Amino acid sequence: MFHIYCPYCEEWREEEEFHAKGQAHIQRPLDPESCSDEEWGDYLFFRDNPRGIHHELWVHAVGCRKFFNITRNTQSYVILETYKMGEQPRFTAENPNGESQGGAASADLDSQTASVQEARA
Amino acid sequence: MQRYSGFALAKHALSHHENWERQWRNPTPKKAYDVIIVGGGGHGLATAYYLAKEFGVKNVAVIEKGWLGGGNTARNTTIVRSNYLWDEAAALYEHSMKLWEGLSQDLNYNVMFSQRGVLNLGHTLQDMRDIQRRVNANRLNGVDGEVLDAKGVQEIVPILDCSKNARYPVLGASWQPRGGVARHDAVAWGFARGADAHGVDILQQTEVTGFKIRDGRIYGVHTNRGDIEAKTVGCVTAGNSGVMAKMAGIKLPLESHPLQALVSEPLKPVLDTVVMSNHVHGYISQSDKGDLVIGAGIDGYNGYGQRGSYTTVEHTLQAIVEMFPIFSRVRMNRQWGGIVDTCPDACPILSKTDVKGLYFNCGWGTGGFKATPGSGHAFAASLAKGEMHPLAAPFSIDRFHSGALIDEHGAAGVAH
Repeated sequence: MFHIYCPYCEEWREEEEFHAKGQAHIQRPLDPESCSDEEWGDYLFFRDNPRGIHHELWVHAVGCRKFFNITRNTQSYVILETYKMGEQPRFTAENPNGESQGGAASADLDSQTASVQEARA
Repeated sequence: MQRYSGFALAKHALSHHENWERQWRNPTPKKAYDVIIVGGGGHGLATAYYLAKEFGVKNVAVIEKGWLGGGNTARNTTIVRSNYLWDEAAALYEHSMKLWEGLSQDLNYNVMFSQRGVLNLGHTLQDMRDIQRRVNANRLNGVDGEVLDAKGVQEIVPILDCSKNARYPVLGASWQPRGGVARHDAVAWGFARGADAHGVDILQQTEVTGFKIRDGRIYGVHTNRGDIEAKTVGCVTAGNSGVMAKMAGIKLPLESHPLQALVSEPLKPVLDTVVMSNHVHGYISQSDKGDLVIGAGIDGYNGYGQRGSYTTVEHTLQAIVEMFPIFSRVRMNRQWGGIVDTCPDACPILSKTDVKGLYFNCGWGTGGFKATPGSGHAFAASLAKGEMHPLAAPFSIDRFHSGALIDEHGAAGVAH
Protein backbone atom coordinates (compact mmCIF):
# COMPACT_ATOMS: atom_id res chain seq x y z
CA MET A 1 0.00 0.00 0.00
CA PHE A 2 1.45 3.33 -1.05
CA HIS A 3 1.31 6.28 1.25
CA ILE A 4 1.12 9.24 -1.11
CA TYR A 5 1.70 12.93 -0.41
CA CYS A 6 -0.79 14.98 -2.40
CA PRO A 7 1.00 18.22 -3.32
CA TYR A 8 -2.33 20.08 -3.50
CA CYS A 9 -3.94 18.80 -0.27
CA GLU A 10 -0.48 18.85 1.34
CA GLU A 11 -1.36 15.67 3.19
CA TRP A 12 -0.28 12.03 3.22
CA ARG A 13 -3.15 9.80 2.11
CA GLU A 14 -3.67 6.12 1.33
CA GLU A 15 -3.22 4.68 -2.18
CA GLU A 16 -6.95 3.84 -2.35
CA GLU A 17 -7.74 7.54 -2.78
CA PHE A 18 -5.61 7.81 -5.94
CA HIS A 19 -5.53 6.41 -9.46
CA ALA A 20 -2.45 5.95 -11.61
CA LYS A 21 -2.92 7.52 -15.04
CA GLY A 22 0.26 6.47 -16.86
CA GLN A 23 3.41 8.23 -17.91
CA ALA A 24 3.76 11.91 -17.02
CA HIS A 25 4.98 14.82 -19.16
CA ILE A 26 3.42 13.59 -22.43
CA GLN A 27 2.64 16.58 -24.59
CA ARG A 28 -0.09 16.51 -27.17
CA PRO A 29 1.33 17.61 -30.52
CA LEU A 30 0.50 21.28 -31.03
CA ASP A 31 -0.82 20.70 -34.53
CA PRO A 32 -2.17 17.11 -34.78
CA GLU A 33 -3.26 17.60 -38.40
CA SER A 34 0.33 18.06 -39.53
CA CYS A 35 1.65 15.01 -37.65
CA SER A 36 2.95 12.03 -39.62
CA ASP A 37 1.42 8.62 -38.76
CA GLU A 38 4.73 7.88 -37.03
CA GLU A 39 4.53 10.94 -34.77
CA TRP A 40 0.84 10.51 -33.97
CA GLY A 41 1.25 6.78 -33.17
CA ASP A 42 4.23 7.55 -30.95
CA TYR A 43 2.19 10.14 -29.06
CA LEU A 44 -0.83 7.85 -28.61
CA PHE A 45 0.74 4.49 -27.85
CA PHE A 46 4.48 4.42 -27.18
CA ARG A 47 5.62 4.75 -23.57
CA ASP A 48 8.96 4.60 -21.72
CA ASN A 49 8.15 1.69 -19.37
CA PRO A 50 11.49 1.83 -17.53
CA ARG A 51 12.71 -0.57 -14.86
CA GLY A 52 13.81 2.06 -12.35
CA ILE A 53 12.94 5.72 -11.94
CA HIS A 54 9.71 6.68 -13.68
CA HIS A 55 7.58 9.83 -13.77
CA GLU A 56 3.87 9.14 -13.52
CA LEU A 57 0.63 11.07 -13.68
CA TRP A 58 -1.75 10.34 -10.79
CA VAL A 59 -5.09 11.78 -9.79
CA HIS A 60 -6.36 12.28 -6.25
CA ALA A 61 -9.66 10.75 -7.31
CA VAL A 62 -11.61 10.82 -4.04
CA GLY A 63 -9.74 13.77 -2.56
CA CYS A 64 -9.16 17.10 -4.30
CA ARG A 65 -9.58 15.38 -7.72
CA LYS A 66 -6.52 17.17 -9.03
CA PHE A 67 -3.88 15.62 -11.25
CA PHE A 68 -0.25 15.69 -10.13
CA ASN A 69 3.00 13.83 -10.81
CA ILE A 70 4.94 11.19 -8.91
CA THR A 71 8.54 10.13 -9.37
CA ARG A 72 8.67 6.48 -8.38
CA ASN A 73 11.05 3.56 -8.71
CA THR A 74 9.21 0.79 -10.60
CA GLN A 75 11.53 -1.88 -9.19
CA SER A 76 11.62 -1.02 -5.48
CA TYR A 77 8.31 0.95 -5.56
CA VAL A 78 9.88 3.75 -3.49
CA ILE A 79 8.17 7.09 -4.11
CA LEU A 80 10.89 9.71 -4.43
CA GLU A 81 8.73 12.82 -4.77
CA THR A 82 5.35 14.15 -5.74
CA TYR A 83 5.01 17.45 -7.56
CA LYS A 84 2.37 19.68 -9.05
CA MET A 85 1.41 19.87 -12.70
CA GLY A 86 3.74 22.15 -14.63
CA GLU A 87 6.66 21.55 -12.27
CA GLN A 88 9.75 19.59 -13.22
CA PRO A 89 10.93 16.50 -11.30
CA ARG A 90 13.95 16.75 -9.08
CA PHE A 91 14.77 13.03 -9.22
CA THR A 92 15.41 11.64 -12.71
CA ALA A 93 17.09 8.55 -14.18
CA GLU A 94 20.13 10.76 -14.88
CA ASN A 95 20.02 12.33 -11.40
CA PRO A 96 18.72 9.53 -9.13
CA ASN A 97 19.86 11.19 -5.91
CA GLY A 98 18.01 14.40 -6.62
CA GLU A 99 21.06 16.60 -6.25
CA SER A 100 19.92 20.14 -6.82
CA GLN A 101 21.15 21.57 -10.07
CA GLY A 102 22.04 25.24 -9.88
CA GLY A 103 20.72 25.36 -6.32
CA ALA A 104 17.14 26.26 -7.30
CA ALA A 105 15.41 23.40 -5.44
CA SER A 106 12.64 24.80 -3.30
CA ALA A 107 12.58 24.45 0.44
CA ASP A 108 9.18 22.74 0.13
CA LEU A 109 10.66 19.94 -1.91
CA ASP A 110 13.48 19.50 0.57
CA SER A 111 11.15 19.11 3.50
CA GLN A 112 9.01 16.66 1.51
CA THR A 113 12.04 14.58 0.60
CA ALA A 114 13.03 14.50 4.23
CA SER A 115 9.65 13.12 5.18
CA VAL A 116 9.84 10.55 2.36
CA GLN A 117 13.10 9.35 3.83
CA GLU A 118 11.55 9.34 7.25
CA ALA A 119 8.67 7.20 5.97
CA ARG A 120 11.14 4.82 4.35
CA ALA A 121 13.10 4.43 7.61
CA MET B 1 14.21 -39.18 -24.85
CA GLN B 2 12.77 -41.80 -22.53
CA ARG B 3 9.07 -42.01 -23.37
CA TYR B 4 6.56 -41.85 -20.55
CA SER B 5 3.96 -44.64 -20.55
CA GLY B 6 2.22 -47.06 -18.25
CA PHE B 7 4.75 -49.67 -19.26
CA ALA B 8 7.69 -47.39 -18.43
CA LEU B 9 6.11 -46.62 -15.08
CA ALA B 10 5.86 -50.34 -14.26
CA LYS B 11 9.41 -50.95 -15.46
CA HIS B 12 10.84 -48.13 -13.33
CA ALA B 13 8.87 -49.30 -10.32
CA LEU B 14 11.25 -52.29 -10.24
CA SER B 15 14.15 -49.92 -9.56
CA HIS B 16 12.15 -47.75 -7.13
CA HIS B 17 11.91 -44.94 -9.72
CA GLU B 18 15.53 -44.00 -9.12
CA ASN B 19 16.72 -44.34 -12.71
CA TRP B 20 14.50 -41.95 -14.66
CA GLU B 21 16.66 -39.82 -16.93
CA ARG B 22 16.69 -36.05 -16.52
CA GLN B 23 13.99 -34.31 -18.52
CA TRP B 24 16.47 -32.00 -20.25
CA ARG B 25 20.21 -31.51 -20.42
CA ASN B 26 22.13 -28.65 -18.87
CA PRO B 27 24.52 -27.89 -21.74
CA THR B 28 27.35 -25.36 -21.94
CA PRO B 29 26.62 -22.65 -24.49
CA LYS B 30 28.00 -23.13 -28.00
CA LYS B 31 29.69 -20.22 -29.80
CA ALA B 32 26.90 -19.91 -32.34
CA TYR B 33 23.38 -21.07 -33.10
CA ASP B 34 21.03 -20.67 -36.04
CA VAL B 35 18.33 -19.20 -33.80
CA ILE B 36 18.43 -17.81 -30.26
CA ILE B 37 15.24 -17.53 -28.24
CA VAL B 38 15.55 -15.08 -25.34
CA GLY B 39 13.27 -16.13 -22.48
CA GLY B 40 12.54 -19.63 -21.19
CA GLY B 41 8.88 -19.25 -20.38
CA GLY B 42 6.04 -21.15 -22.02
CA HIS B 43 6.00 -19.12 -25.23
CA GLY B 44 9.78 -19.21 -25.67
CA LEU B 45 10.03 -22.95 -25.04
CA ALA B 46 7.06 -23.62 -27.33
CA THR B 47 8.74 -21.57 -30.06
CA ALA B 48 11.95 -23.61 -29.69
CA TYR B 49 10.00 -26.88 -29.65
CA TYR B 50 8.08 -26.18 -32.87
CA LEU B 51 11.19 -24.73 -34.56
CA ALA B 52 13.03 -28.00 -33.99
CA LYS B 53 10.13 -30.39 -34.48
CA GLU B 54 8.10 -28.89 -37.31
CA PHE B 55 10.33 -26.43 -39.09
CA GLY B 56 13.62 -28.35 -39.14
CA VAL B 57 15.68 -25.71 -37.30
CA LYS B 58 17.47 -27.80 -34.68
CA ASN B 59 20.48 -25.63 -33.87
CA VAL B 60 18.54 -23.49 -31.39
CA ALA B 61 19.30 -22.07 -27.94
CA VAL B 62 16.78 -20.89 -25.36
CA ILE B 63 18.43 -18.39 -23.01
CA GLU B 64 16.79 -17.91 -19.63
CA LYS B 65 18.13 -15.69 -16.85
CA GLY B 66 16.38 -17.62 -14.06
CA TRP B 67 14.76 -21.03 -14.25
CA LEU B 68 12.28 -22.46 -16.75
CA GLY B 69 8.73 -21.20 -16.39
CA GLY B 70 9.69 -19.16 -13.32
CA GLY B 71 7.88 -16.05 -14.48
CA ASN B 72 4.35 -15.60 -15.72
CA THR B 73 4.08 -19.19 -16.98
CA ALA B 74 3.89 -20.45 -13.42
CA ARG B 75 2.04 -17.42 -12.04
CA ASN B 76 -1.09 -17.29 -14.18
CA THR B 77 -4.50 -18.74 -13.37
CA THR B 78 -4.20 -21.43 -16.10
CA ILE B 79 -7.37 -20.52 -18.03
CA VAL B 80 -7.56 -21.61 -21.68
CA ARG B 81 -10.24 -20.27 -24.05
CA SER B 82 -10.45 -18.90 -27.58
CA ASN B 83 -13.68 -16.86 -27.59
CA TYR B 84 -12.17 -13.61 -28.88
CA LEU B 85 -14.22 -11.12 -30.86
CA TRP B 86 -12.11 -10.10 -33.85
CA ASP B 87 -11.20 -12.44 -36.71
CA GLU B 88 -7.44 -12.02 -36.31
CA ALA B 89 -7.46 -12.74 -32.57
CA ALA B 90 -9.99 -15.57 -32.84
CA ALA B 91 -7.84 -17.24 -35.53
CA LEU B 92 -4.70 -17.09 -33.40
CA TYR B 93 -6.31 -18.24 -30.14
CA GLU B 94 -8.34 -20.95 -31.89
CA HIS B 95 -5.14 -22.21 -33.55
CA SER B 96 -3.78 -22.46 -30.04
CA MET B 97 -6.90 -24.23 -28.77
CA LYS B 98 -6.55 -26.89 -31.46
CA LEU B 99 -2.94 -27.48 -30.44
CA TRP B 100 -3.98 -27.69 -26.77
CA GLU B 101 -6.41 -30.46 -27.65
CA GLY B 102 -3.58 -32.78 -28.75
CA LEU B 103 -0.76 -31.32 -26.65
CA SER B 104 -0.32 -34.03 -23.99
CA GLN B 105 -0.05 -36.71 -26.70
CA ASP B 106 2.21 -34.59 -28.89
CA LEU B 107 4.61 -33.82 -26.03
CA ASN B 108 4.27 -37.24 -24.38
CA TYR B 109 3.80 -35.16 -21.24
CA ASN B 110 0.61 -34.82 -19.22
CA VAL B 111 -0.21 -31.10 -19.21
CA MET B 112 -3.53 -31.94 -17.50
CA PHE B 113 -5.54 -30.00 -20.08
CA SER B 114 -9.10 -30.20 -18.84
CA GLN B 115 -11.88 -28.89 -21.11
CA ARG B 116 -14.28 -28.12 -18.30
CA GLY B 117 -15.79 -25.09 -20.03
CA VAL B 118 -15.50 -21.34 -19.45
CA LEU B 119 -18.36 -19.04 -18.48
CA ASN B 120 -18.16 -15.29 -19.04
CA LEU B 121 -20.96 -13.79 -16.97
CA GLY B 122 -23.13 -10.87 -18.00
CA HIS B 123 -24.58 -8.62 -15.30
CA THR B 124 -26.08 -5.77 -17.34
CA LEU B 125 -28.11 -5.48 -20.54
CA GLN B 126 -25.04 -4.10 -22.28
CA ASP B 127 -23.00 -7.09 -21.07
CA MET B 128 -25.59 -9.40 -22.61
CA ARG B 129 -25.59 -7.51 -25.93
CA ASP B 130 -21.79 -7.73 -26.04
CA ILE B 131 -21.94 -11.43 -25.20
CA GLN B 132 -24.42 -12.08 -28.00
CA ARG B 133 -22.29 -10.19 -30.45
CA ARG B 134 -19.14 -12.04 -29.37
CA VAL B 135 -20.74 -15.50 -29.45
CA ASN B 136 -22.14 -14.82 -32.93
CA ALA B 137 -18.70 -13.68 -34.10
CA ASN B 138 -17.13 -16.76 -32.51
CA ARG B 139 -19.51 -19.10 -34.31
CA LEU B 140 -18.82 -17.45 -37.66
CA ASN B 141 -15.15 -18.11 -36.98
CA GLY B 142 -15.69 -21.75 -36.08
CA VAL B 143 -15.17 -21.18 -32.36
CA ASP B 144 -17.70 -22.96 -30.15
CA GLY B 145 -19.94 -20.81 -27.97
CA GLU B 146 -23.43 -20.48 -26.58
CA VAL B 147 -25.41 -17.69 -24.97
CA LEU B 148 -26.99 -18.83 -21.72
CA ASP B 149 -29.66 -17.16 -19.62
CA ALA B 150 -29.48 -17.02 -15.81
CA LYS B 151 -31.26 -20.37 -15.51
CA GLY B 152 -28.77 -22.01 -17.85
CA VAL B 153 -25.88 -20.57 -15.83
CA GLN B 154 -27.40 -21.80 -12.57
CA GLU B 155 -27.66 -25.33 -13.97
CA ILE B 156 -23.95 -25.38 -14.75
CA VAL B 157 -22.84 -23.68 -11.51
CA PRO B 158 -25.37 -24.37 -8.73
CA ILE B 159 -23.27 -22.54 -6.10
CA LEU B 160 -23.25 -19.25 -8.05
CA ASP B 161 -25.54 -16.58 -6.62
CA CYS B 162 -28.00 -16.08 -9.51
CA SER B 163 -30.75 -14.58 -7.36
CA LYS B 164 -32.46 -11.35 -8.37
CA ASN B 165 -31.42 -9.81 -5.08
CA ALA B 166 -27.73 -9.85 -5.86
CA ARG B 167 -26.08 -6.42 -6.05
CA TYR B 168 -25.11 -7.24 -9.66
CA PRO B 169 -27.62 -9.94 -10.70
CA VAL B 170 -26.43 -12.56 -13.18
CA LEU B 171 -28.46 -12.09 -16.38
CA GLY B 172 -26.69 -14.75 -18.39
CA ALA B 173 -23.32 -15.75 -19.78
CA SER B 174 -21.33 -16.86 -22.76
CA TRP B 175 -20.30 -20.49 -22.50
CA GLN B 176 -17.36 -22.04 -24.30
CA PRO B 177 -17.44 -25.78 -23.53
CA ARG B 178 -14.04 -26.41 -25.14
CA GLY B 179 -12.37 -23.91 -22.81
CA GLY B 180 -10.83 -25.02 -19.56
CA VAL B 181 -7.60 -25.15 -17.62
CA ALA B 182 -4.18 -26.79 -17.88
CA ARG B 183 -1.35 -27.34 -15.45
CA HIS B 184 0.87 -24.39 -16.28
CA ASP B 185 4.28 -25.55 -15.10
CA ALA B 186 3.81 -28.91 -16.82
CA VAL B 187 3.35 -26.93 -20.04
CA ALA B 188 6.77 -25.30 -19.62
CA TRP B 189 8.41 -28.60 -18.63
CA GLY B 190 6.73 -30.55 -21.42
CA PHE B 191 7.84 -28.09 -24.09
CA ALA B 192 11.36 -27.96 -22.57
CA ARG B 193 11.67 -31.75 -22.57
CA GLY B 194 10.35 -31.98 -26.13
CA ALA B 195 12.64 -29.20 -27.39
CA ASP B 196 15.65 -30.74 -25.67
CA ALA B 197 14.89 -34.12 -27.25
CA HIS B 198 15.02 -32.44 -30.67
CA GLY B 199 18.45 -30.99 -29.92
CA VAL B 200 17.60 -27.53 -28.54
CA ASP B 201 20.08 -26.22 -25.95
CA ILE B 202 18.26 -24.81 -22.92
CA LEU B 203 20.60 -22.42 -21.12
CA GLN B 204 19.29 -21.55 -17.67
CA GLN B 205 20.90 -19.02 -15.32
CA THR B 206 22.12 -17.20 -18.41
CA GLU B 207 21.17 -13.56 -18.69
CA VAL B 208 21.18 -11.62 -21.93
CA THR B 209 22.90 -8.32 -21.16
CA GLY B 210 22.85 -6.83 -24.65
CA PHE B 211 22.39 -7.41 -28.36
CA LYS B 212 25.18 -7.47 -30.94
CA ILE B 213 23.89 -5.24 -33.71
CA ARG B 214 25.91 -4.02 -36.70
CA ASP B 215 24.60 -2.09 -39.70
CA GLY B 216 21.00 -2.55 -38.60
CA ARG B 217 21.36 -6.34 -38.43
CA ILE B 218 21.58 -8.63 -35.42
CA TYR B 219 24.35 -11.16 -35.17
CA GLY B 220 24.23 -12.34 -31.57
CA VAL B 221 23.73 -11.54 -27.91
CA HIS B 222 25.96 -10.68 -24.97
CA THR B 223 25.33 -12.84 -21.91
CA ASN B 224 26.84 -13.27 -18.47
CA ARG B 225 28.37 -16.50 -19.84
CA GLY B 226 29.99 -14.88 -22.87
CA ASP B 227 28.86 -13.83 -26.31
CA ILE B 228 26.68 -16.16 -28.37
CA GLU B 229 26.16 -15.64 -32.08
CA ALA B 230 23.01 -16.09 -34.14
CA LYS B 231 21.60 -14.34 -37.20
CA THR B 232 18.04 -14.78 -35.95
CA VAL B 233 17.01 -13.81 -32.42
CA GLY B 234 13.46 -14.08 -31.04
CA CYS B 235 12.79 -12.12 -27.89
CA VAL B 236 9.97 -13.64 -25.80
CA THR B 237 10.42 -11.92 -22.46
CA ALA B 238 6.92 -10.82 -21.41
CA GLY B 239 7.11 -8.13 -18.71
CA ASN B 240 10.77 -7.46 -19.46
CA SER B 241 10.21 -6.87 -23.18
CA GLY B 242 10.42 -3.10 -22.81
CA VAL B 243 13.80 -3.40 -21.11
CA MET B 244 15.06 -5.81 -23.81
CA ALA B 245 13.78 -3.55 -26.58
CA LYS B 246 15.63 -0.60 -25.08
CA MET B 247 18.86 -2.63 -25.22
CA ALA B 248 18.25 -3.05 -28.95
CA GLY B 249 17.34 0.62 -29.41
CA ILE B 250 13.69 -0.13 -30.19
CA LYS B 251 10.59 1.35 -28.59
CA LEU B 252 7.55 -0.82 -27.88
CA PRO B 253 4.02 0.36 -27.05
CA LEU B 254 4.02 -1.68 -23.84
CA GLU B 255 3.53 -0.95 -20.18
CA SER B 256 4.54 -3.51 -17.56
CA HIS B 257 2.08 -3.94 -14.72
CA PRO B 258 1.85 -6.31 -11.75
CA LEU B 259 -0.98 -8.86 -12.05
CA GLN B 260 -1.81 -10.94 -9.01
CA ALA B 261 -3.35 -14.29 -8.39
CA LEU B 262 -4.11 -16.24 -5.26
CA VAL B 263 -5.11 -19.74 -4.20
CA SER B 264 -7.16 -20.93 -1.26
CA GLU B 265 -6.62 -23.90 0.98
CA PRO B 266 -7.59 -27.17 -0.77
CA LEU B 267 -11.33 -27.95 -0.67
CA LYS B 268 -13.48 -30.88 -1.73
CA PRO B 269 -14.67 -30.57 -5.36
CA VAL B 270 -17.16 -27.71 -5.46
CA LEU B 271 -16.65 -25.90 -8.78
CA ASP B 272 -16.14 -27.93 -11.96
CA THR B 273 -15.85 -25.14 -14.51
CA VAL B 274 -14.22 -21.74 -14.96
CA VAL B 275 -16.27 -18.66 -14.05
CA MET B 276 -15.21 -15.20 -15.19
CA SER B 277 -17.02 -11.95 -14.62
CA ASN B 278 -16.15 -8.77 -16.40
CA HIS B 279 -18.54 -6.63 -14.43
CA VAL B 280 -17.86 -7.54 -10.80
CA HIS B 281 -14.36 -8.31 -12.01
CA GLY B 282 -12.89 -11.60 -10.94
CA TYR B 283 -12.33 -15.10 -12.21
CA ILE B 284 -12.18 -18.41 -10.43
CA SER B 285 -11.68 -22.11 -11.01
CA GLN B 286 -10.82 -25.07 -8.82
CA SER B 287 -7.60 -26.98 -9.42
CA ASP B 288 -7.36 -30.77 -9.34
CA LYS B 289 -5.58 -30.37 -6.00
CA GLY B 290 -8.72 -28.70 -4.67
CA ASP B 291 -7.62 -25.12 -4.17
CA LEU B 292 -9.64 -22.28 -5.63
CA VAL B 293 -7.52 -20.38 -8.16
CA ILE B 294 -8.51 -16.72 -8.21
CA GLY B 295 -7.43 -13.69 -10.20
CA ALA B 296 -8.64 -10.30 -11.38
CA GLY B 297 -7.21 -7.08 -12.77
CA ILE B 298 -3.80 -5.52 -12.91
CA ASP B 299 -2.47 -2.94 -10.51
CA GLY B 300 -2.94 0.44 -12.17
CA TYR B 301 0.66 1.59 -11.97
CA ASN B 302 3.76 0.38 -13.83
CA GLY B 303 5.90 -2.01 -11.84
CA TYR B 304 8.52 -4.72 -12.11
CA GLY B 305 8.30 -5.88 -8.49
CA GLN B 306 6.56 -9.25 -9.09
CA ARG B 307 4.23 -8.51 -6.20
CA GLY B 308 0.85 -6.88 -6.06
CA SER B 309 -0.97 -4.46 -3.81
CA TYR B 310 -3.32 -5.30 -0.96
CA THR B 311 -6.08 -3.14 -2.35
CA THR B 312 -6.28 -5.18 -5.55
CA VAL B 313 -6.43 -8.45 -3.63
CA GLU B 314 -9.22 -7.05 -1.50
CA HIS B 315 -11.24 -5.97 -4.56
CA THR B 316 -10.70 -9.36 -6.16
CA LEU B 317 -12.02 -11.24 -3.16
CA GLN B 318 -14.96 -8.86 -2.81
CA ALA B 319 -15.93 -9.80 -6.37
CA ILE B 320 -15.55 -13.52 -5.71
CA VAL B 321 -17.65 -13.38 -2.53
CA GLU B 322 -20.26 -11.30 -4.34
CA MET B 323 -20.64 -14.11 -6.89
CA PHE B 324 -20.07 -17.02 -4.50
CA PRO B 325 -21.31 -16.24 -0.98
CA ILE B 326 -20.49 -19.89 -0.16
CA PHE B 327 -16.77 -19.00 -0.32
CA SER B 328 -16.96 -16.15 2.18
CA ARG B 329 -15.15 -18.09 4.89
CA VAL B 330 -12.60 -19.91 2.72
CA ARG B 331 -9.08 -19.11 3.82
CA MET B 332 -6.49 -18.05 1.28
CA ASN B 333 -3.23 -19.91 1.17
CA ARG B 334 -0.85 -18.05 -1.13
CA GLN B 335 -0.78 -14.85 -3.14
CA TRP B 336 1.75 -13.69 -5.72
CA GLY B 337 2.26 -11.31 -8.60
CA GLY B 338 3.69 -11.50 -12.09
CA ILE B 339 4.67 -8.71 -14.46
CA VAL B 340 2.49 -8.53 -17.55
CA ASP B 341 3.32 -6.49 -20.64
CA THR B 342 0.06 -4.81 -21.57
CA CYS B 343 -0.55 -3.49 -25.07
CA PRO B 344 -2.84 -0.53 -25.86
CA ASP B 345 -5.27 -2.75 -27.84
CA ALA B 346 -5.07 -5.79 -25.50
CA CYS B 347 -3.61 -7.90 -28.30
CA PRO B 348 -0.06 -9.24 -28.56
CA ILE B 349 2.82 -8.17 -30.74
CA LEU B 350 4.42 -10.83 -32.96
CA SER B 351 6.63 -8.83 -35.21
CA LYS B 352 9.79 -8.08 -37.05
CA THR B 353 11.63 -4.98 -35.87
CA ASP B 354 13.79 -2.28 -37.40
CA VAL B 355 16.78 -4.49 -36.55
CA LYS B 356 17.01 -7.16 -39.25
CA GLY B 357 16.86 -10.67 -37.79
CA LEU B 358 15.50 -9.51 -34.40
CA TYR B 359 11.89 -10.51 -33.72
CA PHE B 360 9.65 -9.81 -30.74
CA ASN B 361 6.82 -11.92 -29.36
CA CYS B 362 5.35 -9.91 -26.49
CA GLY B 363 2.44 -7.80 -25.32
CA TRP B 364 0.30 -10.78 -24.33
CA GLY B 365 -0.66 -8.82 -21.26
CA THR B 366 -2.96 -10.61 -18.91
CA GLY B 367 -3.96 -13.46 -21.24
CA GLY B 368 -0.89 -15.14 -22.68
CA PHE B 369 -1.07 -18.57 -21.11
CA LYS B 370 -3.97 -19.79 -23.25
CA ALA B 371 -2.01 -18.90 -26.37
CA THR B 372 1.21 -20.71 -25.43
CA PRO B 373 1.18 -23.44 -28.11
CA GLY B 374 -0.35 -21.29 -30.87
CA SER B 375 1.96 -18.37 -30.20
CA GLY B 376 4.98 -20.68 -30.18
CA HIS B 377 3.87 -22.39 -33.40
CA ALA B 378 3.14 -19.21 -35.37
CA PHE B 379 6.29 -17.49 -34.06
CA ALA B 380 8.46 -20.52 -34.89
CA ALA B 381 7.07 -20.59 -38.44
CA SER B 382 7.90 -16.89 -38.78
CA LEU B 383 11.47 -17.28 -37.46
CA ALA B 384 12.11 -20.29 -39.71
CA LYS B 385 10.93 -18.57 -42.88
CA GLY B 386 12.01 -15.01 -42.13
CA GLU B 387 8.46 -13.95 -43.01
CA MET B 388 5.65 -13.52 -40.51
CA HIS B 389 3.20 -16.44 -40.52
CA PRO B 390 -0.29 -15.42 -41.78
CA LEU B 391 -1.72 -15.89 -38.27
CA ALA B 392 1.00 -13.65 -36.79
CA ALA B 393 1.12 -11.00 -39.53
CA PRO B 394 -1.82 -8.87 -38.26
CA PHE B 395 -0.04 -8.54 -34.90
CA SER B 396 2.82 -6.51 -36.35
CA ILE B 397 4.17 -3.59 -34.38
CA ASP B 398 3.34 -1.41 -37.42
CA ARG B 399 -0.32 -1.41 -36.43
CA PHE B 400 0.36 1.26 -33.81
CA HIS B 401 1.36 3.63 -36.59
CA SER B 402 -1.03 2.47 -39.32
CA GLY B 403 -4.02 2.44 -36.98
CA ALA B 404 -5.03 -1.17 -37.79
CA LEU B 405 -5.51 -2.05 -34.14
CA ILE B 406 -7.23 -5.27 -33.03
CA ASP B 407 -9.17 -3.93 -30.09
CA GLU B 408 -9.91 -6.85 -27.79
CA HIS B 409 -10.52 -4.85 -24.60
CA GLY B 410 -14.22 -5.58 -24.72
CA ALA B 411 -13.91 -9.22 -25.70
CA ALA B 412 -11.40 -10.22 -23.07
CA GLY B 413 -13.52 -11.94 -20.44
CA VAL B 414 -12.33 -9.50 -17.82
CA ALA B 415 -11.96 -5.74 -18.08
CA HIS B 416 -8.47 -4.39 -17.56
